[in-house]
Amino acid sequence: MTLWILRRLFQAVLVMLAMTVIVFIGVSVIGDPVEILISPDADQAERLRAIAALGLDKPLWQQYLNFLWGALHGDLGRSFVYNEPALRLIGQRLPATMELAVTAVLLAVLLGIPLGLLAGLYPNSALGRLAMAGSILGFSLPSFWVGLMLIMVFAVQLGWLPSTGRGATVSVLGVPWSFLTLDGLAHMAMPALNLALGNIALVLRLTRSGVRENLPMDYVKFARAKGLSPIRVVFVHVLKNIMIPVVTVLGLQFGSTIAFAVVTESVFAWPGMGKLIIDSINVLDRPVIVAYLMMIVLMFVLINLAVDLLYTVLDPRVRLESAE
Amino acid sequence: MSGAVEETPFRRIVKDYAGNKIAVLALVVVAVIIFLAVFASLIAPQNPYDLAQLDIMDGRLAPGAVSGAGWTYWLGTDDQGRDMLSGILYGLRISLGVGFGSAATAGVVGSALGLIAAYAGGWLETVIMRLVDLQLSFPAILVALMILAFLGKGVTNVMLALVIVEWARYARTARAAALVERRREYVEAAECLALPQWRILFRHILPNCLPPLIVIGAIQVASAILLEATLSFLGLGVPITEPSLGLLIANGYQYMLSGKYWISFYPGLALLVTIMCLNLVADQLRDVLNPRLQR
Amino acid sequence: MNEPTLVVRDLATHFTLRNGVVRAVDNVSFSVDRGKILGLVGESGSGKSVTGFSILGLIDPPGHIAGGSIKFLGRELVGMAERELRGLRGNRIAMIFQDPMMTLNPVLRIDTQMIETVQAHADVSQAEARRRSRDALGMVGIPSPDERLSAYPHQFSGGMRQRVAIAIALLHQPDLIVADEPTTALDVTIQAQILSEVQKLAANFGTALIWITHDLSVVAGLADEIAVMYAGRIVEAGRVESVLDRPLHPYTHGLIGSVPSRNRRGARLRQIPGMTPSLLDLPPGCAFRLRCARATAACEQDPPITAPGDDRLLRCFHPQLDVAA
Ligand SMILES: Nc1ncnc2c1ncn2[C@@H]1O[C@H](COP(=O)(O)OP(=O)(O)OP(=O)(O)O)[C@@H](O)[C@H]1O
Ligand code: SF4
Ligand SMILES: [Mg+2]
Repeated sequence: MTLWILRRLFQAVLVMLAMTVIVFIGVSVIGDPVEILISPDADQAERLRAIAALGLDKPLWQQYLNFLWGALHGDLGRSFVYNEPALRLIGQRLPATMELAVTAVLLAVLLGIPLGLLAGLYPNSALGRLAMAGSILGFSLPSFWVGLMLIMVFAVQLGWLPSTGRGATVSVLGVPWSFLTLDGLAHMAMPALNLALGNIALVLRLTRSGVRENLPMDYVKFARAKGLSPIRVVFVHVLKNIMIPVVTVLGLQFGSTIAFAVVTESVFAWPGMGKLIIDSINVLDRPVIVAYLMMIVLMFVLINLAVDLLYTVLDPRVRLESAE
Repeated sequence: MSGAVEETPFRRIVKDYAGNKIAVLALVVVAVIIFLAVFASLIAPQNPYDLAQLDIMDGRLAPGAVSGAGWTYWLGTDDQGRDMLSGILYGLRISLGVGFGSAATAGVVGSALGLIAAYAGGWLETVIMRLVDLQLSFPAILVALMILAFLGKGVTNVMLALVIVEWARYARTARAAALVERRREYVEAAECLALPQWRILFRHILPNCLPPLIVIGAIQVASAILLEATLSFLGLGVPITEPSLGLLIANGYQYMLSGKYWISFYPGLALLVTIMCLNLVADQLRDVLNPRLQR
Repeated sequence: MNEPTLVVRDLATHFTLRNGVVRAVDNVSFSVDRGKILGLVGESGSGKSVTGFSILGLIDPPGHIAGGSIKFLGRELVGMAERELRGLRGNRIAMIFQDPMMTLNPVLRIDTQMIETVQAHADVSQAEARRRSRDALGMVGIPSPDERLSAYPHQFSGGMRQRVAIAIALLHQPDLIVADEPTTALDVTIQAQILSEVQKLAANFGTALIWITHDLSVVAGLADEIAVMYAGRIVEAGRVESVLDRPLHPYTHGLIGSVPSRNRRGARLRQIPGMTPSLLDLPPGCAFRLRCARATAACEQDPPITAPGDDRLLRCFHPQLDVAA
């Protein structure tokens, strides 16, 4: 088990390294850092001085090592726009994005699993069919457009919910959170639902196919033959089996949800790191872009690791094998 | 089988496909949408990019309003006085062009790399497949954002980004299918005949890997169109001069809050219908071609 | 004599499919006495499992019990309310399945799966339910049952899993156990152990047992009565020794094998030429006639049930009375 974790950690480090290379090449080779970093008004002498100061006259591999060294020390440069360390900027926006993403995943579980059970247990009922049709729609909906429509209906027409922004927050441990105030929750409702739509459809489908797959199994019939109530058969026997794929996929999906928050945050002007990155790309604030990319890659690697671990906890069969 | 008509694989596929009425309808809609997009300039009441045809006085008219020149804006107009219906038809052209173009390019590149990986083996296979794994472990939107952040926007760059995002799935599918095909008798027979390797690869193996690639292709076209729309909405995709559906929706964003919903609503609806029908077609294709996929 | 534990009369279980009706069980009658074992044999698809599930009321749509009666200790099970039926399942009537690898839930611990069964029918504490579960495991010969209780199914071998399933079936000392090919998936030595243990338990508790199997040798060594099913009907039934020694129905005869010198007691099911007919919209008449060497024009009618002596029931126009055995 320890060996297994070590091996996974080693792989994670490799992936991180590969990503630093790709990001570095992206920044230094494809884009011209001189163009970006040095004011266009500078004369030739100034340029050369700046190039030397930035280490851009050094061979590429040395520049890469410098970049890596900086990255390891949490130094990914300063934002041109905010004149603050890029990583700190990202860090400030991170909680808002995480809050949104976690809420979206929770929504996916809370809505997707019951709907999936319904569609799986009663595939021919009107509700079951509706849930399935809805899930196909959920996959096809352009999420940004749905965001606009939500604003249109609930903010503009009905006036029930605020259209944009984060609303009132409460600070816990120096970090502002929305979910602790009513106003914050109202602001979060639409963005979270919007971000959750795809995940709801995914969980619904996974749950449904899990139910369809598990119901004909002998263990279900045996459970019924034991005289258990249908409630217990479905919610203990079947659900426990379905939870393995659902949790695994949702875990992996968490990373995508954070990445996709870029879109939702842009639509609802949610002040998370997704909004920041789009603004930064538009003004070519490269240190922030790089910091965002490195941060999100790190998160992906950690999430993958966590999901692998979680999987072994959930499925007793895997647990035994890895223990051997 | 006593049927008088011989049951060719193609006939069987057509028959199986026709078994699902919704999928047939979806296919028809897709065909109509492609037709509309290709002949947009003939069908659209207006050329939305010919400034001479626009009348700024007609800006932000509601659907059904009548133009100064006396004809009806069935879907309203945008802030420039552009007929939304015409804008959508032209936008479809760009969205579909980018979507099909990048999916096809990615298909060619990805399948070729996948086949090469399967056939060459060794370090080449390792490198290609590691890249595929790395690529697929990150969501498409992130990879595309990263590429556009480095390259800047524009139609070509968006297509390039889409190709880079999508090649991996084709490569994985092609390799998996090719590995199965390789072990089949006809390949061994061809190898015995000492046919050149590339010939075996592209004449014998590729055709038999096609069904799964077609299914992946259908899904990828849908996701390419959706991704392009998303990128354009974020302002990182196509330029204002060549607005796809995504950009049209973005343009309507600011008027949304004042209740002028149609500028965003109708392009979005067109996008939704396109994506959904493509997904339905892909779903049915997968079911119909399934025996080959499951093997 | 006491009333039999189970009396099945004219049972019909049909599956209504889009392209017709499958009469999986048709006109089936038999009974099982307290402490006795009935062997139900027949080819694959002959309706044995469906018969078993019908007794437990576990026929799911598109299937349904189309007619007949199932009397369990005098109570009619056909048409009984689901709640009431559930109170009997796993309590007074238990079932054991064919594949022990599939019957236990892979992600729940053994104790969970046993305790829930105890508590489904008895209002007892967790500790008491656990104690009963442990005792049941000990009874079916699982070593150190206390530890094994907290294991997962995949930590057991196939034979051990089947013992667990049997232990679960025995938890409430049921009056009837339907065992659907419980030893087919196991290897021969384990099969023999389980057979003898089950036989002992049935005798001790007075449990009636329906033992479904392909394997005539199992029936020969285990059962008191035998019923031979073909295409959803019982074609011959009677005492085990008499049926196996002197089969009257051409199908039973074929099953046992026609070589007179052969020791039928040990004979395995042998292949009879021809195919089992599709049960979908089966035409009237004897379903075996296309494979039967004795078939005549008369066999295009449904053969009536006859009782040619020594407790035998038979469904054939031309029984093989002449063939000495
Ligand atoms: N859910 C169902 N839908 C349609 N037909 C069914 C269904 N279940 C069983 N049948 C039909 O009922 C017939 C009897 O099946 P059953 O499972 O009882 O056979 P069996 O004698 O137990 O065979 P085996 O020895 O293979 O277990 C089969 O021919 C099958 O086609
Ligand atoms: S009834 Fe006729 S066909 Fe059927 S088993 Fe008897 S002899 Fe054979
Ligand atoms: Mg069976």
